[in-house]
Amino acid sequence: MLKFDNVCKRYADAGDVLVNISFHLQRGEMAFLTGHSGAGKSTLFKLIALIERASRGQIYFDGHDVSHAKDHQIPFLRRKMGLIFQDFKLLEDRTVFDNVALPLAVAGYGHHEISRKVRAALDKVGLSGKEKKYPLTLSGGEQQRVGIARAVVNKPPMILADEPTGNLDPGLAAEIMTLFTQFQQLGATVLIASHDIALINKMDRRVLTLDHGRLIAG
Amino acid sequence: MKRKRAVKPETRPEVPQNKIAGGDFIDKLHAYRDLHAHAFFSSLGRLVDKPFTTLLTIGVLAISIALAACFYLLVANIEQLTGTIESSNQISLFLKDTVSEAEAKKLVETINKNTEVAEIKLISKAQALAEFKANSGLDAALDALEGNPLPVVLEVLPSPTQTNTVALQKLQQALQQYPEVDEAQMDMQWLERMQSILRLAEQATQSISILLGLGVLFITGNTIRLELHNRREEVVIAKLVGATNRFIQRPFLYGGFWIGFLSGVLAWFIVTLIMLLLWRSVENLSLLYEGSFHLRFLEYGESIYLILLSSSLGVAGSWAVLAYQLRQLRPE
Repeated sequence: MLKFDNVCKRYADAGDVLVNISFHLQRGEMAFLTGHSGAGKSTLFKLIALIERASRGQIYFDGHDVSHAKDHQIPFLRRKMGLIFQDFKLLEDRTVFDNVALPLAVAGYGHHEISRKVRAALDKVGLSGKEKKYPLTLSGGEQQRVGIARAVVNKPPMILADEPTGNLDPGLAAEIMTLFTQFQQLGATVLIASHDIALINKMDRRVLTLDHGRLIAG
Repeated sequence: MKRKRAVKPETRPEVPQNKIAGGDFIDKLHAYRDLHAHAFFSSLGRLVDKPFTTLLTIGVLAISIALAACFYLLVANIEQLTGTIESSNQISLFLKDTVSEAEAKKLVETINKNTEVAEIKLISKAQALAEFKANSGLDAALDALEGNPLPVVLEVLPSPTQTNTVALQKLQQALQQYPEVDEAQMDMQWLERMQSILRLAEQATQSISILLGLGVLFITGNTIRLELHNRREEVVIAKLVGATNRFIQRPFLYGGFWIGFLSGVLAWFIVTLIMLLLWRSVENLSLLYEGSFHLRFLEYGESIYLILLSSSLGVAGSWAVLAYQLRQLRPE
């Protein structure tokens, strides 16, 4: 599903942030990405989401070499990834429904289908009945679940989460992790960047560890 | 670190690869229409939400457009004015001040023998003064004058066979040769000069309109750029969930359309208001000139054209900015 082949990322001002990263995530696998802050987790995340381009090496996503994807192809590749962020990245002036519906609207789904899928996604993350609320009226945990509903509403084959529990207390974090496990059981490939070692250990999954830009385990 | 058991068989169908996913063709068509309708109305809603900013922008644009339209109307009106003057072949002979009325009558007879002349009419000094008084509205001033400053005039109408300019010029020169004639003037010459001045005015109007149009383009572009900046977060999130540039552009393009459209409509009202204010004075003036002239407003077709043009300028301005800015704007 996702394969890194000797990928390097160098910034003009910060030097080498990632050095010779190689790993292969199988379809349907769930893994964690960890490391000290500044180890390159976020950069790796950005490379997968095609927010940044690799300086060297190849990245394969869903069978395609995406390291040289053209700008106009990127939106269609991103539709196959559900992205989840530490700061949720919700639109505060839109309702929960509209937030979750965004990936579907973007992909050109019709009104009825959007309605059906959004309700299903909200149901899955336990937010039924909150469609008309605005994100700021919800708790942090609920906001993150809105973010997750948005990421999975289009049933993408890959789910990518960047510190999804970073702003949540341990109880909520565990709930969120349970959700991710459920998505994996439904067939999604899941990669979660996190520095919460205790939580990762509890999950007992494959762990990719970054240290100063190098992959030291995984 | 542990490596967990991996590969699970794919249990779920792939996401459709086509650009517009989900539903059959009609459904997609409806979805597409809904997207446009939503962008169309939501962009208007955004303008209404910020009435002060919107009014400022539209006011500036409307004044630019109205200025161009006013120049256009000015030229069109003057053109109409000269249009009412029949392009006559008449040659006016202004006789020397020393020539008496009797000598003038003799000259009329002489000229009448010329086969190239169809008709000749003598306007005496007294007649000329009376006519001038009646038409110019300067009678009080003229009464104050001692004597009559106007010359005797012979109005020569060439025979209908004399149509081309060369023949007319020849006739004019021949008439100029009479010792009694001070000046032989072709009315057409005056008309031609007037028309070339008008052509110049027309060109000037075109240049000014192009400049003002560019102004409209830049102002709309800048407005949309600010709007894009204000909604940067929304654009970034849309990009992250797989929105194409076209999807993101759509509401902004409609925004540009609305700005152009509303400015065009406001400009039309400004122009019409100015014309209404001028209308009474022009009618009064026209009455003094025997009422042959009526102020020309924007015609139906021209009004539509004005609004269409300003709407297109709005769309073009925003499109240019979006094409550039969306490439620069990357989610980070």
